[in-house]
Amino acid sequence: MDSLGWGEIIVAMALRFAPVWLAIGAVFVVSIRLRRRLGLYGKLFDSGSGMVGLGIVLFWVFTALFADIIITHDPLGQVSGMKNALPGTLMPDGTNPYLLGGDNLARDVFSRMVMGARRVLSIAPAATAFAFMVGITLGLAAGYRGGMFDIAQTFLANLVLAFPVILLFYLLVTPAIRDSWIVTTLAAVLFAFPIIFFVLLWNSRYHTDPRKRALSIGLTLVVGGWAYSGLAFNADPTGIFRMDPNLLNVFVSVVFVNAPTVFRIVRSLTLDLKTREYVAAAQTRGEGAWYIMLWEILPNARGPLIVDFCLRIGYTTILLGTLGFFGLGVSPESPDWGSTINEGRRLLALFPHPAIVPALSLMSLVLGLNLLADGLREESLRD
Amino acid sequence: MLRFLLGRVAVTILTALCLTFAIFALTNLKPNLVKLAKTEAESRMTDEEVERWIVRNGYARPVLLRYGEWLGVMPGWEGGGTAAIPPRCKRAVPDGAEIPTFCGVLQGYFGFSTTFKADVSAIIGRALGLTGWLMLWVLVVMIPISLLMGVLAGMREGSRLDRTLSTIAIATTATPEYVSGVVLIVLLASATLGVSPILAEMGWIGTKTLFMGTATSAMDNITFWNFALPVTTIALYGTGYIARMTRASMAEVMTAQYIRTARLKGLSFGAVVLRHALRNALIAPFTVIMLQFTWLLNGVVIVETLFNYKGFGWTIVQGAGNNDIELLMGCSVVAVIVVLVTQLISDVGYALLNPRIRVS
Repeated sequence: MDSLGWGEIIVAMALRFAPVWLAIGAVFVVSIRLRRRLGLYGKLFDSGSGMVGLGIVLFWVFTALFADIIITHDPLGQVSGMKNALPGTLMPDGTNPYLLGGDNLARDVFSRMVMGARRVLSIAPAATAFAFMVGITLGLAAGYRGGMFDIAQTFLANLVLAFPVILLFYLLVTPAIRDSWIVTTLAAVLFAFPIIFFVLLWNSRYHTDPRKRALSIGLTLVVGGWAYSGLAFNADPTGIFRMDPNLLNVFVSVVFVNAPTVFRIVRSLTLDLKTREYVAAAQTRGEGAWYIMLWEILPNARGPLIVDFCLRIGYTTILLGTLGFFGLGVSPESPDWGSTINEGRRLLALFPHPAIVPALSLMSLVLGLNLLADGLREESLRD
Repeated sequence: MLRFLLGRVAVTILTALCLTFAIFALTNLKPNLVKLAKTEAESRMTDEEVERWIVRNGYARPVLLRYGEWLGVMPGWEGGGTAAIPPRCKRAVPDGAEIPTFCGVLQGYFGFSTTFKADVSAIIGRALGLTGWLMLWVLVVMIPISLLMGVLAGMREGSRLDRTLSTIAIATTATPEYVSGVVLIVLLASATLGVSPILAEMGWIGTKTLFMGTATSAMDNITFWNFALPVTTIALYGTGYIARMTRASMAEVMTAQYIRTARLKGLSFGAVVLRHALRNALIAPFTVIMLQFTWLLNGVVIVETLFNYKGFGWTIVQGAGNNDIELLMGCSVVAVIVVLVTQLISDVGYALLNPRIRVS
């Protein structure tokens, strides 16, 4: 069977990624031109490692966006004769090679890797954002109010943190549990926090302006409630907001594991920031508690939070991979990186490419996020 | 200090009770019991048969009552009246001995594993022994390397050495165990790829691969060749994290007034680092290392699965896969104790090490 050499494979892959290169180039040119006006993001372009990190992250983001035009084969399609094919093997009819070889079900490793990026990047950032909403809302309140509320919250957070993560995943992320009340209840509680957060945010800001207040809160409730009914209960009549039950299960567990750590970070930041003068000034002005928390303390805590957000997306990616590695919560067909590694490791000694490709992809994405976080931390400390 | 300690111990016990109950409740959810019934009896049972199996084996009684039995504060279940389903406490004592009324964790009986058909404490004891060796070597490798990396990087912030070491540290924290394990196996323990075929061809190694891709043989006899890969895989992920914490702490100490004073009075840089900076810089990493145990547990589960080493992590996976309730409870007791005790040690140790913290 004919096959391509490594040089040809690399050139062919670089060509497949052409739209990604163009998009990254465009982002970099525009950002470097405007960097003095872009605040913290603009300053990132002063740090070498930050730029490298951003580049890697953008690579995967655009790969996920353009996945449909990058892939060379159907990621689920099986072609006879291509089982465990080596990288660069041409199809039986002599055209359109499997750039990175075939896996043990004769599917294209390259296309699965590209589609896996879409899958990972559609869950990890969103799950992290939800965890942040939960952690910020509870952490601010616990840190600012203190007292019994704080003690109870901290106890609960430590409880979740002491839970062995893998055991939790095994017990929560199984098809049988998926349909029980536990996941739905957790989803109902966790998904309510973004709505609570934004209602509190607008209410504390516009409580002197009834018209703006009614408008912003009304809008939040309508849009949020619509998304909430669809995501948590799968009851959206229009069907725009819905989540596959498997996905919901994975999503909820990952948010549940991440939220306590965010809570602890926000709480300790709040404890520190609430002793500052501007908080005392706002208290003297007679501002409400939530105004002080959301519009005085939170903006001043943004530096560490942005950095942690980047790190945490990486950590969530690792968690998703762990789930896939143990074969939990994903359909066996799914191209996500964790389960592909898991499938590939059985034949690792003979045919390493089906496992190595997603492994290196996952590592590079997390590395990019860590470098980005490091660059952001360095630049935000500079002034 | 005593009050502080007592308070912490009380909270720790409360946390342990809540956690074990949560796990007990989760393993006793209907779908999980159905799974247990199907693995224990027969996989193609009808719904009614499953229902009867659950009732006959005592799983249909209230969860709180059975948690009490497991804990040892409620009289043990009297059993199904047949030889196949003996009273719960019969297995807690040797054959022929009088069956006690209470048999639970408080009496030192951890129950019976449905998967391995053996006493939970025996299984966990063996598994912990195996994992203990793994952890020991991980710590022996990880702590010196990561502290050294952190101190070297942090003593001259912004130098080339700092940049290089920091990049390495970031790279290792970005590599979860299931990635580094796979990469290491391919590089060092594959008969077709990596360095092994080259070495074998040159006649430098007698076996097909340089390192062994499984650690099963290490359960009886640990050698460098079967244990290096699993140890490296776990250590790698933690090394970068501890190194970065050490670096941050070291960099902060190096900007302190007393360091400048020491330099100005003419001490050499090496002497300042060793005598003045090091001790203060190592306070923060101590906490981090203690809290790292929780993370190590995750790594242990992944690595033991990947390298087929039948220790504690492997046992958790087996128990969870088969919903082996009492085995899982035993494992979670151990896990929770490890987590909570290390938290306690890190808090107390931090207070003792750091002269600025006073507990009262």
